[in-house]
Amino acid sequence: MSSEYATSIPREEAQEPAARRSWRTLAIQLLGPLTIVGGVVWAVAQPYRIVLLDRAGQGIYDYLFQAPLLVVLVGLAFTFCIAPGLVDDLEAEELRGTEA
Amino acid sequence: MVPKPETAHWIAAAVALFIGLLLLSEAIVGTDVFRRRAWRAYLFPAVVVASSVGLWIITILSTFSTMHLLAHALWAQAALLAGAVELAVVRGKLKSPAWSLVPGCALLISGLAFLVHEPNPWLYSRSAFLHHAIGWMLVAFALIPFAQALRPRQVVWRAGFALTFLLLAVLLFADRDAAPIFGRYGLGGGP
Repeated sequence: MSSEYATSIPREEAQEPAARRSWRTLAIQLLGPLTIVGGVVWAVAQPYRIVLLDRAGQGIYDYLFQAPLLVVLVGLAFTFCIAPGLVDDLEAEELRGTEA
Repeated sequence: MVPKPETAHWIAAAVALFIGLLLLSEAIVGTDVFRRRAWRAYLFPAVVVASSVGLWIITILSTFSTMHLLAHALWAQAALLAGAVELAVVRGKLKSPAWSLVPGCALLISGLAFLVHEPNPWLYSRSAFLHHAIGWMLVAFALIPFAQALRPRQVVWRAGFALTFLLLAVLLFADRDAAPIFGRYGLGGGP
């Protein structure tokens, strides 16, 4: 048989293992979203805690500081202000540890 | 324009939750990585000092009861002292792990102040129940910074310190000025 047509079966190239995130990175990335989910679940479970849904007899502070929304706000602050830099530094540290 | 006590407690709960998340993330990644950026290292002490200023404002507004005024003043001083010491530790001015005793004492004093300034028994109302629960929780968890002073490298103590603030946040968020202890399930006083 002509080897022009019968070529060898292409060997599957060994693939680089996908870069796995460490449990530390995952934990940091999950802290904020879990907090946000906690606030949302609380708001759904107790909608009367949200003043916008139950306005009778409420003052300015009731509008500004609604407990479930404060939880969501803290979660958002952590997710967008703290976690990204922390994950970057952690990954850089782990990379340095791998190379060493 | 004075906020209701429950509103002030929810704001304190939000601050405690943020501090808890900060400390937990520090326990997860380790102090070296956490303090790699200067602003992040100073964030925890800065938030504690800022919260002490907030507590002083609450103290000014707590003129309805001498016990409440004294308790809030005590918390404000304890927070200011703990924040200042932590600031000096981060800055490198204080190096001994024994300085962890200061936050421990601050927690202990705060817990005792919670217990002393609540005149009603546990099951009187949700507010009374939470004051007792927070007081005993802080007294018990004050042991963690003491353990941290003895074995500063143990992650479990750092995680435990973070858990203190997360539990405090949960209990403070549960506070209502007038409510039975377990909401619609009744038990305890309140309307």
